[in-house]
Amino acid sequence: MRSILAVDDSASMRQMVSFTLRSSGYEVIEAIDGQDALDKIGDRQVDLVLTDQNMPRMDGLTLIRQLREQDRFKRTPILVLTTESSDEMKQAGRAAGATGWMVKPFDPARLLEVIGKVLPH
Amino acid sequence: MSETHGQSGSADFDLSQFHGVFFEEAGENLANMESLLLALDETSADDESLNAIFRCAHSIKGGAATFGFQDVADLTHVMETLLDKLRRHELAVTTGMIDTLLESGDVLGHLLARHQGGAGEPIDCTELVGRIGALAHGSAAAAPLTAPPAAQAAPAVPAAPVTVPACGPIAGTRVLDIAIGPMDEPSLADHLADLFTEIPGLGTIEATDGGRAGPDRIRRFRVLTQASDADLLDLFSFHVAREQVRIVDGSADAGTAAAPAVASQAPAAAAPVSDSASYGFFDDGPGAPGPADQAPPVAVPAVSAASTKAPAAASRSAKNAERGSSPASNLEQSTIRVPIEKVDQLINLVGELVITQAMLAQTGRNLDPVIHQAMATGLADLERNTRMLQESVMAIRMIPMAVVFNRFPRMLRDLAGKLGKQVELQTIGEDTELDKGLIEKITDPLTHLVRNAADHGIEMPQDRIARGKPAGGTVTLAAAHQGGSVVIEVRDDGRGLNRDKLLRKAAERGLPVHEAMTDQEVYALIFEPGFSTANEVTDVSGRGVGMDVVKRNITSLGGSVEIDSTEGQGMRVSVRLPLTLAIMDGMSVGVARETYIVPLASVVESIHLSADDVKSVGGSARVVEVRNEYLPLVALDELFDVPREPGQAGSGIMIVIEAEGGRVALLVDELIGQHQVVVKNLEANYRKVPGVSGATILGDGRVALILDVSWLVRRARH
Repeated sequence: MRSILAVDDSASMRQMVSFTLRSSGYEVIEAIDGQDALDKIGDRQVDLVLTDQNMPRMDGLTLIRQLREQDRFKRTPILVLTTESSDEMKQAGRAAGATGWMVKPFDPARLLEVIGKVLPH
Repeated sequence: MSETHGQSGSADFDLSQFHGVFFEEAGENLANMESLLLALDETSADDESLNAIFRCAHSIKGGAATFGFQDVADLTHVMETLLDKLRRHELAVTTGMIDTLLESGDVLGHLLARHQGGAGEPIDCTELVGRIGALAHGSAAAAPLTAPPAAQAAPAVPAAPVTVPACGPIAGTRVLDIAIGPMDEPSLADHLADLFTEIPGLGTIEATDGGRAGPDRIRRFRVLTQASDADLLDLFSFHVAREQVRIVDGSADAGTAAAPAVASQAPAAAAPVSDSASYGFFDDGPGAPGPADQAPPVAVPAVSAASTKAPAAASRSAKNAERGSSPASNLEQSTIRVPIEKVDQLINLVGELVITQAMLAQTGRNLDPVIHQAMATGLADLERNTRMLQESVMAIRMIPMAVVFNRFPRMLRDLAGKLGKQVELQTIGEDTELDKGLIEKITDPLTHLVRNAADHGIEMPQDRIARGKPAGGTVTLAAAHQGGSVVIEVRDDGRGLNRDKLLRKAAERGLPVHEAMTDQEVYALIFEPGFSTANEVTDVSGRGVGMDVVKRNITSLGGSVEIDSTEGQGMRVSVRLPLTLAIMDGMSVGVARETYIVPLASVVESIHLSADDVKSVGGSARVVEVRNEYLPLVALDELFDVPREPGQAGSGIMIVIEAEGGRVALLVDELIGQHQVVVKNLEANYRKVPGVSGATILGDGRVALILDVSWLVRRARH
């Protein structure tokens, strides 16, 4: 089963994302912020990381940088969730090592569509 | 917008299943935002607070947009725009901004309540959205970062003076191609031009479609501006639907000086491989799909297959990891939401269980402990477990006083502003827990007391200084457990009560007062209906109506209220409440063949009565002397018309009870014992009976009435 790390400080967003992904056969690890994500993931590997940007304690970009520093996450697709697709955000996401971005709001279909592009069956 | 395809079939979820979580979360965010805003120091707003406030709005917006609450999303969007500029220090925080943001929080609360199915009038946020947009845009157009905070004092927008070079793009100016439509009425888009003439510094706009839409009913413009996409969208949305606006960077073919400006700002600009309005991938992003996977640091075959290989390998290693010790990936749910009815049902059942247990215990006492030893042990266990179960179940309904206290900082802020006073709120013991039902019912009386303290208690700053006090007054809210009760105090360091003035007012109103009354009794006069001590009526606390209602509400909860004051130094109102309405510590007393329950909290002492102590005063009224104080004597058998066997006389035991600052001696036949009783509402099951506040079922199955002590004291003393 493909595993996805979903990081968002909003419980409703987390539930929606997890429910969607689990219903489509993914294993989901939920985390409430960057620090929680690092704690939860421990020394395991995931197939994809989906992270919100603005979170307390550790934001999404810091999380991405910290993940990219580890060899096992060098090639893992990481998508940043953002509320605006401004150039500024894109540059920041790219510089941190993100694979791509996805604009909020999105619906379950869009989420699966985008994930399908980076995690082909 | 890109087409939705792929696994959309399996993604056809009902998003409403997440609404409950969203509402709960949004409520928390709103409360959090309000307390952060209230605590914000305008002169030196710290980044952490500003970020946290931004995150609250941001989080609500994200959820609202996802779950389809457009009005909430729209309002939080403009709030977010303003807050973003504040946290980036592009704007300085002003009182006006805080007020507007607080107001927006209130409106959001209403909007959310309406979506949640609650009642309430529909709200038109257009004006508010415009106002927030004005706060954000107006000052933003003024030279950011360099403007001194003082210059931000007047946030009125279109009037904000801005200097923009008359022609030619300046550094930071972007060239944008804007498409709007398809529109039923394409000419509406011409109004956008008005925005650029009305708002100085916004930039310029020109139609690139010759002023009319083609067959696709889409209007096209070219805009030169320093404003962000989000700001433009906000402004455009006054005239056209936000969803119809497409903003594309037009600098590529612009051929103006603006293009280099953009490029120099972002030298590392990465052309997205796949970009739609809603998602995209970086061409050098690890794991990105697409033809050109050119990851620089790690040597990976530069073919598209790389992107699929890597995750596949990752997936394998994930499986290996799982075989070891994989942490549980499911969300650790630390709380659950349960309808209150379910909890109440549980409490009712436990109440019945307590009664059954009491009956069994009573029966068990008649058994020979030697023969029925196992039974006695079992009954003892049952009693202990029942008590623990009861406590645990009651604890479910217990919520911290903070729920009530948290509403007061905002209220006092608004109030102080209205009254021209400086009032600081101090809270103590907000962790103190109280039954949810009680919390709900005590909120209004407490609100009234706090409002009174600020309005009538705290003096105007100049008066306070004249009296040698600090200009700002303090209202203190303190909650603490005391035995089986919770005591909530509302204190202020204001002018306090004037005994003579109170007595004079009471006399004017024909109330029975005399000089020998204790201070407590004099202060309690303000609870009399229609009694007001304020010289002038204000629109904040009104005309003194209310204190009697406050008292009545508290008394109806089985609580009491007392006042203490030192003139010139302040006043303290203490509200004593039972921990819960469902269980009470009671003393059961026998009167002939009846049993009554006296709330233990109001029992002062019990004394054996001798005939010499009783004195008759005028008619049938009797008093009894207890420790040099004459107390009214109330015989319960006479009061409730309890039938007596001929020749049977009372044994002359009296219980001194205290309520509302007064004491009364109750004459009873015997003291049966102290125990917890499960309170049953008499009104709901029968009807209201004067002198009786409820009923309970005794261990032997009989019903005992619970005495309304306040009523008894009032009746005996007036």
